[in-house]
This record gives sequence, C-alpha cells and structure tokens, in this order.
Amino acid sequence: MEHFLGFALPGIPYGCTYAIIAVGLVLTYQATGVFNFAFGSQAFAAAFVFTVLTQNEHWSGFPAFVISVVVMSPLVGLAFDHFLFRHIPNSNSMAKVVCGLCLFVGIPSLMTVIFGAQNLDATATILPFFNPNVVYFTLFETPINGIYLSTITVTVVVLVALTALLRYTSLGLQMRGAVESRRLVQLDGVNSRGVVAIAWATSSFMAGLAGVLLASNYGPFQSNDFSTLMVAAIAAAAWGLLRSVPIATGVAVLIGVVSTTLQGYLPTSSIFFSAVLPGLPFFVLVAALLILPGMRSLDLSRDPLSTIDPPPPPTAAASRAPQMDRLIRRAWWVVLALFCVSMLTWIPTTWEVAFNGGLALSTVLLSITLITGMAGQLSLCQGTLAGVGAFTSAQLAIHLGLNMLVGGIVGAALAAAVAIVLALLSLRLRGLGLALMTLAAALLFDNTFFNAVSISGGTQGLNLKASWLGTSAFFNFDGHALFLLCMVALSLAVAVVLLVRKGTVGRNLAAMRGSETAAAGLGINLTKQRVVVFALAGAIAGFGGVLVTIQQQQANADAWNYNYSLIFIVLVVTTGVATVEGAIQAGIGFYVVTQLLTYLPGRFGGSSLVIVLFAFGALQFARHPEGVLEFQKRRSTLAFERLLFNGHGESDRDPDPRPAPLSAWGADG
Amino acid sequence: MADAPALLSLRHVAKSFGGVRAVHDVSFDVHDGESVGLVGPNGAGKTTLFNCVCGQLRNEEGEILFEGRSLDGLPTFKRARLGIGRTYQKVEIFTDMTVSEHLLVAERARRGEGRLWKDLLNMSAPLRVELDNIEAILDLVGIGALADTSVNALGLGHCRLVELARALAGQPKILLADEPSSGLDIHETAELAKVLRTVQRERGTAILLVEHDLAMVGEVVDRAVVMDLGSLLTTGTFDEVMANPEVRHAYLGQMGAA
Repeated sequence: MEHFLGFALPGIPYGCTYAIIAVGLVLTYQATGVFNFAFGSQAFAAAFVFTVLTQNEHWSGFPAFVISVVVMSPLVGLAFDHFLFRHIPNSNSMAKVVCGLCLFVGIPSLMTVIFGAQNLDATATILPFFNPNVVYFTLFETPINGIYLSTITVTVVVLVALTALLRYTSLGLQMRGAVESRRLVQLDGVNSRGVVAIAWATSSFMAGLAGVLLASNYGPFQSNDFSTLMVAAIAAAAWGLLRSVPIATGVAVLIGVVSTTLQGYLPTSSIFFSAVLPGLPFFVLVAALLILPGMRSLDLSRDPLSTIDPPPPPTAAASRAPQMDRLIRRAWWVVLALFCVSMLTWIPTTWEVAFNGGLALSTVLLSITLITGMAGQLSLCQGTLAGVGAFTSAQLAIHLGLNMLVGGIVGAALAAAVAIVLALLSLRLRGLGLALMTLAAALLFDNTFFNAVSISGGTQGLNLKASWLGTSAFFNFDGHALFLLCMVALSLAVAVVLLVRKGTVGRNLAAMRGSETAAAGLGINLTKQRVVVFALAGAIAGFGGVLVTIQQQQANADAWNYNYSLIFIVLVVTTGVATVEGAIQAGIGFYVVTQLLTYLPGRFGGSSLVIVLFAFGALQFARHPEGVLEFQKRRSTLAFERLLFNGHGESDRDPDPRPAPLSAWGADG
Repeated sequence: MADAPALLSLRHVAKSFGGVRAVHDVSFDVHDGESVGLVGPNGAGKTTLFNCVCGQLRNEEGEILFEGRSLDGLPTFKRARLGIGRTYQKVEIFTDMTVSEHLLVAERARRGEGRLWKDLLNMSAPLRVELDNIEAILDLVGIGALADTSVNALGLGHCRLVELARALAGQPKILLADEPSSGLDIHETAELAKVLRTVQRERGTAILLVEHDLAMVGEVVDRAVVMDLGSLLTTGTFDEVMANPEVRHAYLGQMGAA
C-alpha cells in the first residue's frame, strides 16, 4: 500500500492542474457554449510570462503571479469575448471550434514573436508562504514541498469558490441561462454580455493559474507540454459531459494519479511504458467520446433565437455574373500558363523551392477542402494522415527498396485505411465530438507511432536518398522535375475533388452537410458517405504527405505532429475552406509568406510570425465563414463587375450579397 | 378501402423519453392511396410517431409494418428507399443547393446511387429522364420557375414546397407531412392543400398529414386519427372525429366538451 501511495501521491498536483483547466472548460462551455481549445495556449502564455518575470527579471513568485494570472489572463479572456466569440452565433459550432483552434495555434507563436525564443524553467511558487525548495514533510516516501502544497491549496480554494458561484449565486444561474441563448436572457432583463464576460474572465484566470502551477511542477517546459495538459483536461471535462464540475475534477485528478502510478509500476523498457502510458489521456478521451451518448449531441444549438441568424454567404464563384465568371476563368488559365513557364525558366531557385513546397502542401490541404468544406466534417488529423503516407513510403523504400512514388500509393492507401477506422469509430459523433476524436487520434499517433525510432527515425527523422525516387532529378538544384511532379499530382488531386463535388457523391455530401436528418430521410446512407469521404480525404492527405517529404528531402515526425494538423485547418479556413482554390492559395501562400519573412531580421524570420498571421487572419472566420480571402474576392469581383460591365446585366448588386436569411423563415441555420 | 391490405400499419407502438411516455399503445393503418390526418394538441406525440415510422427514433414496444414487412431494425435510409417520404415540422433543406439539385439528390438517393467510380469517370451528369421527372414534380408543386434558384434566396412558403417536391422526387408510396402549413399565410396554405390533394389523386401517393390547421386537414384527408398525451383517442371521418366530445375536450378543455 505504501508503495502504491508513494507512486500515486506525486500525481495529485498534476491532476489538480488538469482539474483547473477541465473546470475552466466546463465553465466556459456552460456560460458561453464555446469549447475553448485555446485554454492550453492561454495556460502556456501565463506560464511563459510568469517564468520570464521570475527567471529573467528576477521577480519573486507572488507579484509575477499577480501580473501573469490575476491581471493578464482575465484581460486575455475579456479580449477573446469582446473581439471574437461574442460575434459568433450560438448555432455556428464550426466557427467556435475553428476560432478556438486559431488561438491555440497562434498564441504560442505570438509569445515567441514578442519575447523571442526562451529557455523556460519555472521554479517559483505563487504563494509566498510556501517555499519551493523546502520539503515540509514526507508522506509515503513522497517529499511534500512548497510547489506541491501551493498547487493543492490553490486548486481546492478555486474549485470550492467556483462551485459556490455556479450553484448558489444569481450570477451562476444567469451563466447557466446565457448558454442556452444570450439573446433570450437579454429579453428577461439580464445583462448577458456582462455575464458572459465574467465567465470568460474567470475561466481565463483558471487557465492562467493552471499554466503557472503546471510550469512550477514541470520545471523546464515548452508549449508542447501543454498539449498533454489540454487533452487530460478535455478528457476529464468530457466525462463530466462538459456540465459537471465534481466529475470533471474527479476524473482529472484520477488521470494524474493513474499516470504517475503506472509510471512507477511499469518497467521503463516495456512497450506499455513507451507507447501506452503517454497515450493514457487520449484513451480516456476516446472512451468518453465512444461511451457517453451525451458527447454525440454537444454542438446541437439550443438557442431558440438561432433562427434569426443569417445563412452563410455564397462563395465568390457562386455570386459573380456569368460574364465575370468567364473572364476570371480565362484569366486563371493565363496566370497558370505564365506561372508554369516562369517556374521552368527564370524564377530564382529560392522561390522555386518555396513554390514547390506550396504546391506539395496544397495537395495535403485539398483533403481538408474535401472533408470539411464539402462534407462539413471537422477533422483535426489530416496532418497525421499525411504523416502516415510519408513514413509508409519512406519505410517501404528503406526496407523493400520500393520507389517512393509507388510506395506513396501504398502510403495513401494506408492513410485511407486509418481514416476509415477513424470514420467507423466516430460514426455517431458530429461537430465538436468529431473534432475531439480526430484530435485525440492525432495526439495518439504523435505519442506512439510517430515517436517510435523504428518508424519515424526519432528526432533525426529519415533522410531521403535520391535512389529512393528512381532518379536524382527530383533532388536537383533547379527543382524543375519536382515542380512538374507536384503540378501533376496536384492537378490529379484537384480533378478528383472537382469530379466528386459535381457528382452524386458530392451532392450527397452537400446534402449531409445541409441536414443529416433530411439526407437520411431521402435514402442517403450517411455511414457510407462518411466512410467514403474520410477514405478519399485520407488518401489525398497521405499522398500529399509523400510530396511534402520529397520536397523537404526528409521524413520527420516534427513535420506531421498534431500542431500541424491544426495549422493546416487554420490555413485553409483563412483562404476559404469551401473552394479548391482556397486550398491552393493556402498552401502556396504559407510558403510565399514564410519566404518573404526571411527578409525580415531576427526572430520574425521563422515560421512563428507566419503562423501568427494566418491564425489571426483565420479569426475572421467568426465574421466571414467563407474565408477572409474568399470574402475579399467576392467584394473585389463585384467591384470589377461594375467597372468592366458598367453596371449592366447581373452585375448591379449589393457589394455584400448575402441572400435573404433562410433561417429567419424557420430553417435550421 | 378497409378490407384492402394496409400500406402502413402501426401495432401497439410505444416510445418513452426517460420517464415520459411520448407515445403509448398506438395502432392504426394507412391504406394505399389513402389520405389520413393525424391530429391532436401540442405534445400529443404526433411527430414522435413520425420519427418512429421513419426510423429516426426506435419504438420501444409494438411493431410498424410497411406493405406487410416489419420495419424493426431498418435504418432511416432503407425505410426511405422502401417508399416512405417525409417533410419536416422545422424546414430541413440543403442550404447550398438549388431547388432542382434538391430533387436530383432525392431521385438518386431513392435508387441508392452514389458510386464513387462513376463520379471519378465523370459519369454522374443528370440524365434526360431525371431532368424530366424533376421538371414534372416542380410543375406539379407549382415551383417550376424556381428550378435554378438557390434555396438560400427562398421564403419559408417556397422552402416548404421545395421540401414537398424533394419528398415526391423519391417517389414515395406514402408521404408523411409534418405541419406543412406551419408559417404559411392563408393563400399559401390553400395552395398547399390543393397540391397535396393532387399528389394523392394523380400519383396515388398515400398521405399521413400532421397539421394544426384543421380546416386544411378537413380539405385534404379521407379520415382522421386523433392523438392526445401519447395515446390514440379516436379515428373516423374528419367530421366524425371533430364532433367527438373527447376530441373537443382534448383541444378546448372542459368548455369545448360542453
């Protein structure tokens, strides 16, 4: 027993920090209907500032805690509410998830851009009366130091206070009402904006608190450490159905305790230690998603006033006049021809490399157009599926001497198979539930398969050899051969997506996206449609992953971690998730902007600023769900129509031609 | 009519939500080409019964037969392909499609089409016969002029007609219409009643109509089934059931019964 407690007790502080984030997720979801993916990043930001102040500026723990957690974190939460989430209709669950992801991806990069790369090592405690370096007593061979005691004390105080707030105050009651409909409780005289703002400030304070506590427990830390925190917290909140504070707290502490206990008992050389143990929070999350029926209907809008929300605006292509449409199509062919000629003749090598990277990445991003834009299924693991394709083809080349392009087809097939398993596992999940399931899958792959040296080559990765491609042409300095390969592959992928979109399967997917109830009621087999679209998107992502690997001449697990899956979503959402050109513009745009930023000095030259630019650009999704680039295209197209056709024909229209709101007439917006 | 085999037969159907009995021991038949009104006050269990018939909910007790075949265990899409069409109380349309695309989806879904290889070989273009069918149904419903209009640009009345046309494109043997006149004005309701009558007479489609506008029900149905609080109250011709004191009580309370 003493042995067991000796392993279990160190897990309690970790469990406590998971619990604080889990309860913060519950609070935000209860009060605002937003599942805030950004909590992990908010926690990281607070820990970052706390550590910079204590480590670099030599502040003591308490004032650093006040600045980073008591002042900064609630202000960040209020900013999220005021500038972003307040503007998203309750019924638009996709926008809420995507904006949370943008912040999740963008905040750590923003911290790097502002403060530069830092070696973060937090050792201070937030409570002045607990010294981190003093062991106050020993319990079952576990030294109980100041960090341990301050973590437990703060967690208990915060959770008791929050439970009292939600259960016994009128503010708590108003928060519970606001989640149903902010607009409806306003009609009852409640200042719902104020209530929601308080919820955001409180939950953000908790995120900051958890970040600082966890940083103290970690010692040296980086942003990726907070993904485990996030998944454990999400798993705990899921078991509480995003409603129950006690269940979320209990499960969170249990995850912390079970993790350290298993760490103690399992031999470090066993596969369970290296593969299963890191995946424990993901298994707990997946179990909640599969077992709990309440997780299947998480994002169903309960807002009785959701019918007054306008429908999504049309794409630029759908709203322009036929003359303009013909003109733009011809212009695109001319631009394409000029681009191809330029790539093969005069473009400098640096830029040729950037464009080739963009074309390869565009193929991966097309899979998001297919699965999210056309089918309305939010998959957060397309980068992982690309990695499956990349590592499969590389391993086949290493072990069987198979040409990587041939192996790429096998890799694409394997990625499709993985996607099919995911589709079958998540048959009953929609929206947020599906997003969580696919995110869990991505993190699981990161911690297991992609972490295995035998598969991914570990931190070194797998360096490609020209012989694996049958010819060294693809590795040549001029990059012409690779350009042609990427163009052919991308053209094929575009053709597949366009043919599917205009075919019966595409129409069935559009029907499924519009109303699953009505689609099934017409005779459409939704299970089959989901499996087909997951498989096809998986195959395209898998082959795209092979192209990116060839372009980078290396297959590396870092290139395909969950973070990139999220970044890919952010990229496509910025430019337009519903159109094929949106994926291509996102892929090429990412590399072009990265290349342009290399001309800037110092820390701005890395990928951090690119991610910040796209992530914060994608926040426009809240106001323009068709994509900010797509929105601008529609506006400029209409302006050109007026200029070129002098207001004749169909061009004399509103610059923001949102159709009359369907939902205002009773349809499900 | 009563001696002919039933197209749709409900036998002691029951459905509960938690401890609430939404539908309890409901049995009635709908025959081929017949138009039946399913009426009752709010909370009577009419839409729940529709959901049980379509497979969107599973009935806990009893049996639902379609053309003598039990529907137990059949998913929604297979029931639709057998010939059960439906419109919805809250309009369910596909927001990014034109009116005719709605019908094309329904037409192909009925046949279980949707082979990926056909799409990839560009063999999924609408056939002439499909376009003719769509045109005929749109004309029947009276929205032929809107064929190429995006449903985003339509009002509620037209959206309800699109739903009806889409359901008819699946060539159902029975149409379950759930409050089709909800949100329509008096003229649109009259037009809708005419369309439903035409569908029944010209296409031989049986209709099971849930509707609160009793004047419309009286115009459309051959007979009516009345439900209250999840149970079947009475059946008969529309005039018979409306004269029934129990029905008046269910709708109007003590004063109505008196």
